Amino acid sequence: MISFERVSKRYDNSHDALREVSFSIDQEELVFLTGHSGAGKSTLLRLIMLMERPSRGRVVVAGADLGKFRRGSIPRHRQSIGVVFQNHKLLMDRPVFDNVALPLQIAGFEYRDINRRVNAALDKVGLLDRVQAMPLSLSGGEQQRVGIARAVVGRPSILLADEPTGNLDPELSAEIMQLFVDFSRVGVTVLIASHDLALISRLRHRILTLKEGRLVSPAISIDGA
Amino acid sequence: MAPKAAKASAGNARPRQIRWAQRWRGWRRHHSQSAADSLAKVLQQPVSSAMTWLVIGIAIALPTGLWVVLDNLSQLSGQLDRPAQLSVFLQMDAQAQDARSLALTLAQRDDIHSATFIDRDQALTEFVQRSGMGELAQGLAENPLPHLLLIDPVAASPDTLAALRGELEALPEVQEALLDTLWLQRLQSLMTLGRRAVQLLAALLLAAVVLVLGNTIRLAIESRRDEIVIVKLVGGTDAFVRRPLLYTGLWFGLGGGVVAAILVALGTLLLAAPVNALSGAYQSSFMLQGLGLVNSLQLVLLGALLGLAGAWLAVARHLKAIEPR
Ligand SMILES: Nc1ncnc2c1ncn2[C@@H]1O[C@H](COP(=O)(O)OP(=O)(O)OP(=O)(O)O)[C@@H](O)[C@H]1O
Ligand SMILES: [Mg+2]
Repeated sequence: MISFERVSKRYDNSHDALREVSFSIDQEELVFLTGHSGAGKSTLLRLIMLMERPSRGRVVVAGADLGKFRRGSIPRHRQSIGVVFQNHKLLMDRPVFDNVALPLQIAGFEYRDINRRVNAALDKVGLLDRVQAMPLSLSGGEQQRVGIARAVVGRPSILLADEPTGNLDPELSAEIMQLFVDFSRVGVTVLIASHDLALISRLRHRILTLKEGRLVSPAISIDGA
Repeated sequence: MAPKAAKASAGNARPRQIRWAQRWRGWRRHHSQSAADSLAKVLQQPVSSAMTWLVIGIAIALPTGLWVVLDNLSQLSGQLDRPAQLSVFLQMDAQAQDARSLALTLAQRDDIHSATFIDRDQALTEFVQRSGMGELAQGLAENPLPHLLLIDPVAASPDTLAALRGELEALPEVQEALLDTLWLQRLQSLMTLGRRAVQLLAALLLAAVVLVLGNTIRLAIESRRDEIVIVKLVGGTDAFVRRPLLYTGLWFGLGGGVVAAILVALGTLLLAAPVNALSGAYQSSFMLQGLGLVNSLQLVLLGALLGLAGAWLAVARHLKAIEPR
């Protein structure tokens, strides 16, 4: 579903954020991405959603070479990916409902369906009672969960999450992780960048480890299933 | 507050195919929602929005007002009592008797107000007296002047006057008929000049309106930068991102058009009383004509179109530069 072939990314400041990264993730697979701060985790996710282009190498998503995507076809690509951003990226002047509804609106859903799906997604992250709240009145963890609801509401075929549990307590973190696991069970490809080694090693899924832009872990699955 | 994550099913992996009818309704809803949202945003800052409306309104009202004035002037010039005079020179051999009766016949016509006969001898005498060239006249073997009829036509357009002139010249007794339209032509060319000037002014001011609106929308884009980035990140197309901004331009332009229509109406109202008093004093039936409802609505429409154009300009220039980083 997602494959990197010797991908390198160098930002303008001549610092290599990713070096010769190769791996591949199947559909229905959940993979964790870990590494020290600045290792290149966010950069890797940004390449998948075409926020950045690789300096060298090839990224293939759902059989399509991202290098061949022109500007005009990027929106459609992004619509098929649900993303939880490290810094939430919520519309601060819109209530929770509008934030979660955004991907559905873009996809052209009717209001009735939007309403139903938004409520279902907020229910999953335990925020059903905050539908009309403004993001600023939410705690960091609540904002993060709004971001998660927005990522899953459109039932994307790929889910990317950048530190989705960064602001959550251990119990809530575990439940959110379980939500992602459930998604991967029904055929969604899930890639989660996380610092929380204790939590992700407990979940027994494949872990990719980045160190200064290089993939250091052997790309093996420790998931028994 | 515990999420029901574990139990909730994640649903279908593939986004369900959306039917076209549904997509159409969703699209329409996004339109009405964008319209409402951007109107709310415009109204949220009443003072600065009112300023923009005023600037646009004044810029549209100025050429429109001048146009109304010119329009009224050309109406007025058509209604003037003596639009022109025709000088009809008769054949040299025409008798004074015949000339006098021709003058009477012509005066009967509907399109002729009056016809005055001027005897050739009388004309020569007058000429000699006025010019003081008596010696020259005495040297002449005979009077070189023909009999002359001065015709005051009933008020008419330049075209019908020209037709009347041709008709008179075709008469057997007539040698030549001259239309004394110099002042009319001057007025007409002044009016043409005025129209040109107003058109030029209008073009400049309308360009200014588009630029003002473009700048307003550029600021709106700037203030919505975060929102635009987020919408693009979750897959918003250019059209989707553009929509609320175009509506913002539409509201500013529409408001400006309304202000312009009101300004022109106010101006007409203020001028109507003195102008009508004046024309009454001259026993003229002339009344100041305002824009009227249809033209006022067209003005509003024009404002709306200019707003869209300005927004489109700004969006085309600035939206591409905002990419998620
Ligand atoms: N837009 C950018 N321009 C220049 N350099 C960048 C940019 N984004 C990231 N970098 C650099 O690339 C490297 C990798 O950054 P990245 O954000 O991918 O790290 P990360 O693994 O997500 O770190 P963290 O765990 O702190 O989020 C860093 O050294 C960072 O300074
Ligand atoms: Mg990061």
